[in-house]
Amino acid sequence: MAVVCVRAPLRALAGGRGEHELEGATVVDLLRGFESANPDAAGWILDERGRIRRHINVFVNGERGAGDTAVSAGDRVDVIPAITGGFS
Amino acid sequence: MTELVVGTKKGLFLLEGQPREGSTEGFEITTRACAGQPVDYALRDPRSGRLFAAVTSPFYGPKLFYTDGDPAAESDWEQADGVTLPEGGDQALERIWVIAAGEAPDTLYMGADPGVLFESHDGGASWEINAGLWNQPSRRDWRPGGGGLCLHSISTWPGDPSRLAVAISAAGMWLTEDGGASWRRGNRGLTPRYLPEADIDPETTALCVHHVERSRSRPERMFMQFHGGVYRSDDAGESWGEIGAGLPSDFGFPLKVDPLDPDSAYVIPLVADMDRVMPDGRVRVYETRDGGSSWSPRGDGLPAKHAYLTVLRQAFTSTGQGEALQLYFGATSGDVFGSGDAGASWGMAATRLPPVFSVSAS
Repeated sequence: MAVVCVRAPLRALAGGRGEHELEGATVVDLLRGFESANPDAAGWILDERGRIRRHINVFVNGERGAGDTAVSAGDRVDVIPAITGGFS
Repeated sequence: MTELVVGTKKGLFLLEGQPREGSTEGFEITTRACAGQPVDYALRDPRSGRLFAAVTSPFYGPKLFYTDGDPAAESDWEQADGVTLPEGGDQALERIWVIAAGEAPDTLYMGADPGVLFESHDGGASWEINAGLWNQPSRRDWRPGGGGLCLHSISTWPGDPSRLAVAISAAGMWLTEDGGASWRRGNRGLTPRYLPEADIDPETTALCVHHVERSRSRPERMFMQFHGGVYRSDDAGESWGEIGAGLPSDFGFPLKVDPLDPDSAYVIPLVADMDRVMPDGRVRVYETRDGGSSWSPRGDGLPAKHAYLTVLRQAFTSTGQGEALQLYFGATSGDVFGSGDAGASWGMAATRLPPVFSVSAS
């Protein structure tokens, strides 16, 4: 099992929990499992194409990852809104 | 008392009051909600009192929220179900552009990018995609305008839920007479000056409709602001004729029609597509009382010098009718203007809001 870590507002949509143990071979597998287990968060991280939304970053054990990044048991996946300079 | 529901780049604002000539004292801001979020469109359904806010988070995508309670209380807002495209395709929902009350009880419609129509039959709590329009065979050839492939105008037919017209930039007008099961184009007579004349085909050409409104008192009459051109249809959107002569510019976005008088309509011209501000730096609404044969400026009380404002397509609204028609519009400058006498005189309803995306009134 890997751990998906989310912050506000996703945490509030996921029962108030910030850490979620999930099974999956890739980051997208985990995020799909997260949204499936927490229906109120469905569509907040992944769009209808199954892609991570453009301004959301994922970090696997502290390193920048992507949807197809492989994950193993014990890995930590942080889901963090991007620091998107340019929004006013 | 009139309530204005104002969607802005940085949240939703509710205002209450009455327009007062040349003054901001006629209205006061009663609520700010969705703080910091871009509220692309907001509406209170007058039938149920339910308040809707379409929010496109730059992080989490477009969502529709609603409340039956205190809009200032974050916990009173709920996310509507079903506002999503079919999963597994090659497109994602980009933005919600408009919400409109339907003619049947508890029915609402919602237009969004990419050229998609949603419908709700439970007062807006849950939604489903209109399959007839979604599965249009020509969809693969639709092209977006500058704001995306936005379905921005929804015109119901008073008393008849089976008849509906929608407009998509830049996929033109679409008409249905069977409640949305099947659709056909309604573009005859439109002239896109941005294309070579030889390439114009009303069945296939990318037609950049900016806004469409239907007359409530004569439903076969419709008015359109096009990307260069103001048009009128007297056959329920089947064909269109230009009525923009007499305006300082026939480029613009929003448009309103007096529900009582099918000859009375209002537009807010901008200079041109390459210069989207008020002509001559003067804020003026233009009115026709003869179906577009002639136009008159209505600017008493509006800024008349160095006011280079931009009014977006959903930022012009009305309530009431006839001589008591109230008109309101907001600008990207954050100013909201109002008239309580069908445009004869104007005052400021609010100043220094964030850029205004939408205004609705009830």
